[in-house]
Amino acid sequence: MPFGNTHNNFKLNFKVEEEYPDLAKHNNHMAKVLTKDMYAKLRDKQTPSGFTLDDVIQTGVDNPGHPFIMTVGCVAGDEESYEVFKDLLDPIISDRHSGYKPTDKHKTDLNFENLKGGDDLDPNYVLSSRVRTGRSIKGYTLPPHNSRGERRAVERLSVEALDTLDGEFKGKYYPLNKMTDAEQEQLIADHFLFDKPVSPLLLGAGMARDWPDARGIWHNDAKSFLVWVNEEDHLRVISMEKGGNMKEVFRRFCVGLKRIEETFKKHNHGFMWNEHLGYVLTCPSNLGTGLRGGVHVKLPKLSTHAKFEEILGRLRLQKRGTGGVDTASVGGVFDISNADRLGSSEVDQVQMVVDGVKLMVEMEKKLEKGEAIDGMIPAQK
Amino acid sequence: MANNFARILSGKRNVGIMSLVGAGSLTAAFLLNREHVTAGAQVRRVYPASADYPDLRKHNNCMASHLTPAIYAKLVDKATPNGYTLDQAIQTGVDNPGHPFIKTVGMVAGDEESYEVFADLLDPVIKERHNGYDPQTMTHPTDLDSNKLKSGKFDERYVLSSRVRTGRSIRGLSLPPACTRAERREVEKVVVDALAGLKGDLAGTYYSLTHMTDQEQQQLIDDHFLFDKPVSPLLTCSGMARDWPDARGIWHNNTKTFLIWINEEDHTRVISMEKGGNMKRVFDRFCTGLKEVERLIQEKGWEFMWNERLGYILTCPSNLGTGLRAGVHVNLPKLSKDPRFTKILDNLRLQKRGTGGVDTAAVGSTFDISNLDRLGQSEVQLVQTVVDGVNYLIECEKKLEKGQDIKIPPPVRK
Repeated sequence: MPFGNTHNNFKLNFKVEEEYPDLAKHNNHMAKVLTKDMYAKLRDKQTPSGFTLDDVIQTGVDNPGHPFIMTVGCVAGDEESYEVFKDLLDPIISDRHSGYKPTDKHKTDLNFENLKGGDDLDPNYVLSSRVRTGRSIKGYTLPPHNSRGERRAVERLSVEALDTLDGEFKGKYYPLNKMTDAEQEQLIADHFLFDKPVSPLLLGAGMARDWPDARGIWHNDAKSFLVWVNEEDHLRVISMEKGGNMKEVFRRFCVGLKRIEETFKKHNHGFMWNEHLGYVLTCPSNLGTGLRGGVHVKLPKLSTHAKFEEILGRLRLQKRGTGGVDTASVGGVFDISNADRLGSSEVDQVQMVVDGVKLMVEMEKKLEKGEAIDGMIPAQK
Repeated sequence: MANNFARILSGKRNVGIMSLVGAGSLTAAFLLNREHVTAGAQVRRVYPASADYPDLRKHNNCMASHLTPAIYAKLVDKATPNGYTLDQAIQTGVDNPGHPFIKTVGMVAGDEESYEVFADLLDPVIKERHNGYDPQTMTHPTDLDSNKLKSGKFDERYVLSSRVRTGRSIRGLSLPPACTRAERREVEKVVVDALAGLKGDLAGTYYSLTHMTDQEQQQLIDDHFLFDKPVSPLLTCSGMARDWPDARGIWHNNTKTFLIWINEEDHTRVISMEKGGNMKRVFDRFCTGLKEVERLIQEKGWEFMWNERLGYILTCPSNLGTGLRAGVHVNLPKLSKDPRFTKILDNLRLQKRGTGGVDTAAVGSTFDISNLDRLGQSEVQLVQTVVDGVNYLIECEKKLEKGQDIKIPPPVRK
């Protein structure tokens, strides 16, 4: 359970009309797709671990959404959610991921050598580079649903795997509930520390239960490879550094991920993955690669240009403020990252970031000189 | 034996079966329903209790004080007939460790049966919260005969307003932490139907949160009647704000002195209030209104959750018994600065809050003063305590105005 939803079979005593949520004022993917008939069809189903339709949609019922920003409005409680609630999740996935079909196959490519360029982004503009993804550990339920025992088991297994890393990946785990004040301050100063979620999108799905039990942060000594344990997903894996060497960031990302995966596989707990959905994560928006590769880049002129949004759209990129999702930009510095997650590989997506950012920096330089950029506007990727 | 299934489908309530029996039979009912429970309810246990036992080392709430690993292990496999589990009941207390100075309860009930099924934990919590009231041996007196109230008209140079509130739950439907959308809508329907039958100075109108017009909303805000989606993590972590604002609303009478909240923290919160110091009239209306609403729901075969062990059953264990908070907004500029103020309140069995309600600060020197106790004394007794206590506070204030000294009163009977 996330919490609060009384047992499903008891609910079946009531008619569909009585239980169907009021989505009249809602604007999220779930509300667009969940008709009364679909609710009727899926309401008596559960995954083997007991995750129900109402569990999946609760966050979307509680958060009607915003007229301009389309949130997903549902989560998975375990790997099987994507099967048992296919009828609901497939259309949502298609809507969110540019028409991805239930029969499509997703390509995984973590061979960093396939990335072209990426080591020459101008550090006068590109302040930092980062690639993140998530991983779920097979055999365990996901953050909306897991019990304390399961969450602790995920932590144990993760820490065991991370402790085997050596060389450039050698590092240390800091559990949230045992951190010293000094450690906490350092992690905040490094911009590594994550806090209890406050977003009602996450709280409504039950992901913050039992905080900070079994949550923690692991990072390597060089502070360039970082893993969050039991935040919105089992693991969030982050490779980052100052400057514009996305190539190196991506190399470290791929190598580190593979090392971690090897250790999990040895314990017969590989990552959740299938050839249709790629890596399986809590939020349907993070399926596929779960990858967000991005930079903090100075684009004061380009960002105020009338065609900025259009350029981003054509490059398949999105902008965020430097505080991350749902924040505003500060001083003309934007977080620019790939918009896609599913249907293209890791290499494809990072390539789009590398190529796109390079182009935008050139546009910025042109605008600085007072020149027009109309001829540089790219075709739709 | 009417099980929950049959009762809901038939619509007409089986009045009397639940109200005639005490704790023992509720447990028996649960056991008779065991088949229904085990067939339906899957308390999914993948790990032993020790692996799931919460880390409560930094916690300071009543649940954390009493939830030993042994009690957890004993109760964690159990579910109420509706499928509500221990983990659900304690979630709010796990998520909100509490404050060193303020001890919160740290758990809720998902339905009437929670108080039986999880008695091993709830009884000690209730005992701690309600000053030693032992649900296993004591009985709670209910008395809504407002004629028994003595005096009850305050000096209006000091008392700005008077208010009495309580809560009522509709038997047979799960409570806000656990209710399904259908159950919540049923609560709304049952209560609104009953309220439509009120007449005279109790006649009024219902405003559903979902369908309210902007104008109605503004009026309700101006009247200080509108309640909003809970933001306190104590409430949101227990699941009470799910599906907001579905099936939530406010009813009030035309004279704006009798007000009912539907599906906020409880099925219903019933409030009688007016400006000035006529607590007697406020309490009269409170009792009359409550009894009338009860009569109207009984006509349709429903009843309130009540038993003689715990009085009126509400979501939070702190509101058991009478669920009653009777209070005034009172100006005490001199007394509130006197270092003996807190001790005087303690001995009078009163508590102070800011004029915004619980967890707010006082503005100027106007305080919300109300009864501390809920369980173990009747409504009449508790309102009398407030009347006597506030009169005493006003006497103290007057004395201090004249430069006379005041005395800390002896502790009133608990």
